[in-house]
Amino acid sequence: MKALLGKKLGMTTYFNQEGEAIPVTVVQAGPCIIVQKKVLPKDGYEAIQIGFEEVKPQKLNKPLSGHFRKANVSPCRFLREVRGKFEGLEVGSEIRVDIFSPGEKVDIIGISKGKGFAGVIKRWGFSGGPASHGSMSHRRPASAGPQQPQRIIKGKKMPGHMGAERVTMQNLEIIEVDPERNLLIVKGAVPGPRSGLLLIRQAIKSLPKIKVER
Amino acid sequence: MKGDMLIRSVEEKMLKEDLPDFSPGDTVRVHQILRQADRERIQVFEGVVIRKRGGGASATFTVRKISHQGVGVEKTFPLHSPLIAKIEVVRRGRVRRARLYYLRERKGKAARIEERR
Repeated sequence: MKALLGKKLGMTTYFNQEGEAIPVTVVQAGPCIIVQKKVLPKDGYEAIQIGFEEVKPQKLNKPLSGHFRKANVSPCRFLREVRGKFEGLEVGSEIRVDIFSPGEKVDIIGISKGKGFAGVIKRWGFSGGPASHGSMSHRRPASAGPQQPQRIIKGKKMPGHMGAERVTMQNLEIIEVDPERNLLIVKGAVPGPRSGLLLIRQAIKSLPKIKVER
Repeated sequence: MKGDMLIRSVEEKMLKEDLPDFSPGDTVRVHQILRQADRERIQVFEGVVIRKRGGGASATFTVRKISHQGVGVEKTFPLHSPLIAKIEVVRRGRVRRARLYYLRERKGKAARIEERR
């Protein structure tokens, strides 16, 4: 398993060897420090906790500063846990973008842009009613269900809060890695606003399949 | 370094430096490289630039020409694409707006553009 924290910088166009224009996202990725390691005997599962972006020690509260002191690392603004086996990585060691190489597939997880209270057209892609001829149901959701069972079925798609949730983009191709400036260029779009926090990990679908014994 | 600056520096490698200075209203010849299987040839598209949009590596421009039997043809090219071999400015035109969409409704004499000097 390979994982990193990063920040979305924005999107641009990239021209590949064949001259094709590819939409890409530029991500400021790492360097990250391992702050804690969870192990099977003690915690019941395996994971690492990684920290990203330096922060002044006086910004931390006491429990957090104690947590960093215990790991003997400089304090970080963001801490995230990634489950999986991480061999050769100990508390205090650093992860950099160069763990990834062009052509590899990654999953990128972020918090999508908040859309507020959204109607049914934007939120669920309903087609909406007629625009004219005395129609009064322009962007309304129309019928909410049948005459029987005389109630609305659970999970009915309705207006409500949209966005600002955790979104995973799977199998994004890495186009370029710049270890000098800690940049990662990835094909396609990535959830969240510019400067939003991202978790980049090896694509789950690219991992070897695990055999489950019955 | 701020994010915007970093993106610009990533784009920089892809930008062309030898682009001629042209603007909407100008007549240009665009040399486009076409690849079919293993062959490569150059196609020239000549017409009036009716729009330039975008910045950095994503910038594009649109060229309009009148093809056979008066059929208008428009092509939008990525400005910095490596498949655009060359852009020649044939004639500079004097126009009073940045987007020349009004040319679509005109033909013949009415679609003329005054030369700039």
